[in-house]
Amino acid sequence: MSVEIPYITEPRPDTGLTLAKLGVWLFLASEVMLFGAFFSSYVVLRAGNTWQDFAFGPAPVVQDAESDEGDEWAEEEAASDETEDADEHAGHDHSAHDASAHAADNAGSGHDDHADLHSPLQTAIPMATFNTIVLITSSVTVVLAYASLLLNNLGRFRFYFGLTIALAFVFLGVKYVEYTSKFAHGYFPATSPLLALYFTMTFLHVLHVIGGIVVLAYLVGPGTKMWKTNPAQFTGRIEAVGLYWHFVDLVWIFLFPVLYLL
Amino acid sequence: MADDAHHGHDESFLRKYIFSTDHKVIGIQYALGALVFLLFGFTLVMLMRWSMANPNQAVPFIGGFLETLFGEDAQGGVITPQLYNSFGAMHGTIMVFLGIVPLAVGAFGNYVVPLQIGAVDMAFPKLNMASVWVYFVGGVVMFSSFFIPGGPAKSGWTSYAPLAVIDAASAGQTFWLVGMIFLITSSLLGAVNFLVTIIQLRAPGMTWMRLPFFVWAQFISSFLLLLAFPPLEAAGVMQLMDRVAGTSFFMPTGLVVSGEAYSAVGGGSPILWQHLFWFLAHPEVYVLILPALGIVAEIIANNSRKPLWGYRSMVYSVIFLGFMSFIVWAHHMFLTDMGVIISAFFQTTTMIISIPSVIIITALIISLWGGSIRFNTPMLFALAFLPMFGIGGLTGLPLGLSGSDIPLHDTYYVIGHFHYVVAPGTIFAMFAGIYFWFPKITGRKMNEFLGKLHFYPSFIFMNGIFFPMLIQGIAGVSRRLYDGGEYYEFSESILQLNTVMTHSAFGLLLAQIPFIINFVWTIFRKTREGEGTRNPWDATTIEWTDADSPPMGHGNFAVVPQVYRAAYEYSVPGSDKDFTPQSEPDSK
Repeated sequence: MSVEIPYITEPRPDTGLTLAKLGVWLFLASEVMLFGAFFSSYVVLRAGNTWQDFAFGPAPVVQDAESDEGDEWAEEEAASDETEDADEHAGHDHSAHDASAHAADNAGSGHDDHADLHSPLQTAIPMATFNTIVLITSSVTVVLAYASLLLNNLGRFRFYFGLTIALAFVFLGVKYVEYTSKFAHGYFPATSPLLALYFTMTFLHVLHVIGGIVVLAYLVGPGTKMWKTNPAQFTGRIEAVGLYWHFVDLVWIFLFPVLYLL
Repeated sequence: MADDAHHGHDESFLRKYIFSTDHKVIGIQYALGALVFLLFGFTLVMLMRWSMANPNQAVPFIGGFLETLFGEDAQGGVITPQLYNSFGAMHGTIMVFLGIVPLAVGAFGNYVVPLQIGAVDMAFPKLNMASVWVYFVGGVVMFSSFFIPGGPAKSGWTSYAPLAVIDAASAGQTFWLVGMIFLITSSLLGAVNFLVTIIQLRAPGMTWMRLPFFVWAQFISSFLLLLAFPPLEAAGVMQLMDRVAGTSFFMPTGLVVSGEAYSAVGGGSPILWQHLFWFLAHPEVYVLILPALGIVAEIIANNSRKPLWGYRSMVYSVIFLGFMSFIVWAHHMFLTDMGVIISAFFQTTTMIISIPSVIIITALIISLWGGSIRFNTPMLFALAFLPMFGIGGLTGLPLGLSGSDIPLHDTYYVIGHFHYVVAPGTIFAMFAGIYFWFPKITGRKMNEFLGKLHFYPSFIFMNGIFFPMLIQGIAGVSRRLYDGGEYYEFSESILQLNTVMTHSAFGLLLAQIPFIINFVWTIFRKTREGEGTRNPWDATTIEWTDADSPPMGHGNFAVVPQVYRAAYEYSVPGSDKDFTPQSEPDSK
């Protein structure tokens, strides 16, 4: 049976809000707390380690093949200075996957092409900058789409919305290249705290982008039918998804400097 | 509710009862799910209590079944320490996240809030259906972890790292994390829905200060869920990464496990998990208690036939309580070396947060003064709630100060304190709410005699279980022992209390039988002549006065009510009856 829920299209007079708009704002508040927890974790983990340990992973503490010392706490070794550690390790044979020790060594001895790297994410800065521009542009196009609806121009709305989706796909493509190049260099989530945060946070962000694409695609595809029957509600939906899209953009604007630049 | 089915539209059974978007059906779905999980969680703790009173002895009757199910962990039908740990972790998780929160917020909130504010439904009915189904999936994931090799999670309901991460051999903890992510998502969807509903869908004239206190309690609880749960979701994702992808969010450098260097690279912080966990879990305690306070306030006002004393100060207290609950979390962590300054901060905030709770409880007690009290079953449970929650709250004060917390923290004292708040506290309020709103849902009151047969033994046995815990705790008995402290000499003199507690727990189980009979029988019995009147309790709030009992299908009200007055206008001088409904206009 049909139930008429009020304030779907018209704002409630005393609050000035439609249901969808308030719902999206509250949802975004909880999203702030979600990403906030990750950013706080970044602060805790970065403050709790030297930059070298944070970015490239602490050097292995207990050396293998010394079974008699297996049950000893060997943290003094871990706490010792990185350069000394690296000298100690020089000459050990590292597998390609053991990027942490690898990087730690090179930071001290400086033989190899990673040596001058400040951060494992350094080489990705151009790609990430490009992606930042892409996302900001998509935020503009989503507003232009909303504005087109307010001007009653459905064709233009379709164009700008389509453009937003295309830009989102460009973002995902660049991200794919970035991830594969990280894997190719032997950088995995398990490599270091920074890389763990990097992969977890950016992948969570990618999931948000994918979620956005699904909703955007629905609204520019089958969802557009509503424009004929109830233009006010449809415009409200576009505004709500626009708010979400801006938030996804905003998260990236925090992720980019924190992960790549700082 | 079956006889209320025909409103001219024939909906299929699936659409009507399973994939329903009606907030009332969803509330009932939550209630049934939560009650089943409460009983299940209670069964787990019965087995734990058996082990504490009779360590290393086979469990009677179902020992063989346990051995088939858990193999080595229940060798010979005995609860081994491993199994005890699993049961402890799952008891906490199930009771909190699958039992009380879904009952207090999902069930009572969904069923009662839209009716009390005069809304036709929740703001987002489809989202509402999604949240109950996500809850269901989370429950299935948690429950299924009992049947996987290695059994369910065994690192406590707090899942502290690194213990929870290093146990990578069995998938129980991974199931726990995945289940939690579903349950958190369900709560978040529900919280958005409640907030939008309460802000946007109040009936004309239902101003903020005319809201029943129960709605206020749900409103603040929803804010807590909305803002406190996401950090635990983040923490859950990070712990999942630690377990599955080998990252070191919570794994320190140089960790040695059973004499072997742990394989992860390190650099993580185990304390970070505790911070993220308690940032949720302290507000969560208020999510457990606020709806209970709301229910008790409704019932006390109704059955003392008086307005709530100090309604406004109660509302301001609950708002302040909600705000403060975000800055007290580290009082769970005095045992970590966080330093004097930080612990001084959290001790101060913890002392401050006790003030609004005391204001609310005091207002409720003063509300009784001079009332013509009706001692029916819901009122008995509500009255019992007050001293029980009082004991729970007062025993919490020594735990909020680090000097006394440090010796008490790992003892049974903490278990006693916490359970006084949630078991004879929240759960009694839940029972009160079930007895109180049952005639709303079915049109029939539950039986008073069976209700009292449920109440009095439950009251005695609850205290029989939890008061000895405080005594044992002060004597220093650790809260993590599967043998109840048998191993230690100093606990000898108080060991017989384990038998008292275990017998009380069994008594409490028996005391629930009248409730189950009453519950099922009232659902299926015929409505008697004169029953099913709109307002069986002579209440003032509009869910009783302006909607049928049981309410009509989707839509709730034949006419959207107009609200003219505050929520509890009982015994207004000069009025011809002792209650004046919120929707009754002034006679002028």
